[in-house]
Amino acid sequence: MSDTNDRAENGMWTEHSSKQYDLDLEAIRSQVLLMGGLIEKQFREAMAAFLSGDIVRAEKVIRGDEEINRLEVALDGACSQLIVRRQPAANDLRTVMATSKVITDLERIGDEITKIARSGRDMQSRNTLIINNFQSIKVIGDHAGGMLHDALDAFARKDRDLAIKLMGMDKVIDHEFHEMMRSLITYMTDEPQTIAPALDILWAAKAIERVGDHSTNIAEYVIYVVEGRDIRHMDYMKMFPERPL
Amino acid sequence: MPGNTATSDQAADMTTDTTIQISNLDFYYGDFQSLKNINLTIPAKKVTAFIGPSGCGKSTLLRTLNRMYDLYPRQRAEGQILYQGRNILEPGVDVNMLRARIGMVFQKPTPFPMTIYENIAFGVRLYENLSQGAMEERVEWALKKAALWSEVGDKLNKSGLSLSGGQQQRLCIARCVAVKPEVLLLDEPTSALDPISTAKIEELITELKEDYTIAIVTHNMQQGARCSDYTAYMYLGEVVEAGETDQIFLRPAKKETQDYITGRFG
Repeated sequence: MSDTNDRAENGMWTEHSSKQYDLDLEAIRSQVLLMGGLIEKQFREAMAAFLSGDIVRAEKVIRGDEEINRLEVALDGACSQLIVRRQPAANDLRTVMATSKVITDLERIGDEITKIARSGRDMQSRNTLIINNFQSIKVIGDHAGGMLHDALDAFARKDRDLAIKLMGMDKVIDHEFHEMMRSLITYMTDEPQTIAPALDILWAAKAIERVGDHSTNIAEYVIYVVEGRDIRHMDYMKMFPERPL
Repeated sequence: MPGNTATSDQAADMTTDTTIQISNLDFYYGDFQSLKNINLTIPAKKVTAFIGPSGCGKSTLLRTLNRMYDLYPRQRAEGQILYQGRNILEPGVDVNMLRARIGMVFQKPTPFPMTIYENIAFGVRLYENLSQGAMEERVEWALKKAALWSEVGDKLNKSGLSLSGGQQQRLCIARCVAVKPEVLLLDEPTSALDPISTAKIEELITELKEDYTIAIVTHNMQQGARCSDYTAYMYLGEVVEAGETDQIFLRPAKKETQDYITGRFG
């Protein structure tokens, strides 16, 4: 949102009808979706740069994080502004509170994405390669990308079932990450000259695994928005025995 | 005085968990039915807020709780309002004593055109025969309860009308409290006041609920959220949803409640 747009909206402040309120809420919602779309694109680019060893592409992803950070600040401002101007309650309040948390998680995902891009860039600057692990990092990346997509989708559509489904996915990624770590440790023990590139891969894998964690957080906020229940730090398996997996 | 005995008996009841229990309450203005089958509990020493759009019956409901409607012909209530084991809608109820036990404060401050002291002593004399010393103590006690003493303690002989709007409203609360009621009914007590006076009254409500059961009608939803423990949302003479205030304002069970609370009522 540019400054000019901001001012144009400010001009309508006197109008306290609920129509304007809905417009404000909708503006925040669409900004979150915009931010989510950018994050998804960044993630795809980072993975592609990592897998293809394209340094220029990786650099572009790293620079792209600035836009994400800017959106975080703008959206946080919009949420505070809505609270002070409208005193939202019930589902509106839950939406605003959740949005403010979602954008924090999205910004963190942005940071993790730059780590993937950095690891890819650093790995290219070394001459040793570990080919075998590219496949497993692609698999874990696809899973995390899918979770990120579902999390944003569930938030946009307030889809409780989709949120529950993707919370179950996090265990899969965690498992894959640990498998990968074990095989990388074997590499490093056997051939010490692979330690540097193996660590690059490990950093990237860890970052991807964190993308999954943040996507799970977003799914938790979806449950909060829809049901009013705060399910953070609880056992999903017990809470949603019916969960579709 | 026989009235005194009754009062002290009832005072003993104050320590228990007395509530007002409303069951199957209907109310009519002539032919028009303005309350339909109300069932609601007013918990002891808590603040219960009635919210809802204009004409939903929230003030009417408040006015049935001490039979204020009795003052008008052609208004009648049917059903049960159980207070201290008795249906207060029954004909034999001593309405004056009831209103001493269940006091009311109105939207606009209504001080009597008398001194500040007399504004309070006047009501007390109707129910109790106090010595001058005891009366002075009572007036001071009531003004302290209403958080007004520090502002008027040195000018008790000035007219009640000389006070600001917010002070006048607190004087009315002091007047109400002075006869030692058990329940306070507040009908939009701050709608005519500025934000600072409003904040003072709201703070007072929080302090008063230590000793009194309070029911408040408010148009200001934030006020309901701020100072009540329980909230009842009313629409077209019915209670749509009632429950703990936090629940009503954060995750109302009914769509109608949610629409009203979030301002999507239309």
